[in-house]
Amino acid sequence: MADPFLIAAAALVALALGLALARFLRGPRALDRVVAFDALTIVSVAAIALAGLVTGREIYLDVALVYALLSFLGVIVAARYLEGGEQ
Amino acid sequence: MSAVLDMIGGLLMVGGAAFLALGGLGLVRMPDTWTRIQAGTKATTLGTLLTLAGIALIEPGWALKLALIVLFLMFTNPLSSQVLARAAHRAGLKPAPQTRADALADDEGRAAE
Amino acid sequence: MTLPLLATTGFAAAMLIAALVALVTRSTAVAVLSAGLVSLFASVLFLFLAAPDVAMTEAAIGSGLTTFLFFFVLGRIRREGRDEQ
Repeated sequence: MADPFLIAAAALVALALGLALARFLRGPRALDRVVAFDALTIVSVAAIALAGLVTGREIYLDVALVYALLSFLGVIVAARYLEGGEQ
Repeated sequence: MSAVLDMIGGLLMVGGAAFLALGGLGLVRMPDTWTRIQAGTKATTLGTLLTLAGIALIEPGWALKLALIVLFLMFTNPLSSQVLARAAHRAGLKPAPQTRADALADDEGRAAE
Repeated sequence: MTLPLLATTGFAAAMLIAALVALVTRSTAVAVLSAGLVSLFASVLFLFLAAPDVAMTEAAIGSGLTTFLFFFVLGRIRREGRDEQ
């Protein structure tokens, strides 16, 4: 297995998660936080698939599949709620 | 043969992860909500697709399930980014001063005439 | 420190940070989003602790359905309040 590649990819994915979390913490408006939440779920799909590659268990991909299916529902409902302005 | 596939898959994986990191960087650095939507959904979508393609090359037996994930991501991510951009427009957020065009406002103005 | 231990620690720390945001913030929407983020990190954490079935349930119910339900009900409450005025 491509070991240095795996470590490099894991480090870059961790960097992406950290940066998106920083935007979630700062985000001046609630919609910026929703954008950061969306990015975090997409990056998490890649992180879960990488974890499946590291451990060699295919069932991890099912979790990524559930994420890809369900995470966007919350984002869409949150965006529709915030359309009417924030409280 | 397998070593070559591993090599290509590893390169694709690292390239995709680099796109993910660049998307995160854009998410922090961009000036307003719309540009953050570009960085936060487009770049990360491409990064995830490349990462999953690299994993499919390394583990060819997983290709079907990975293709299913890619299909769902390609359906859902443009949808959520469009809904987010429209929500930002309707909530009345101010774009960055460099912004030139606002096609949705133009369309709504034309519809109101 | 091995790679899995490092990843587990990082995700646990991120989960704590998201929970702190949910406690500190004044806005309801941000609190709901942070709660969704807590269960997102929790589900990845369960995955790293080798419990894929628990992680799948947490992803479906905690991160997906709870966020959906909270925002749906918040929108309904706001609309009804507008009708009464």
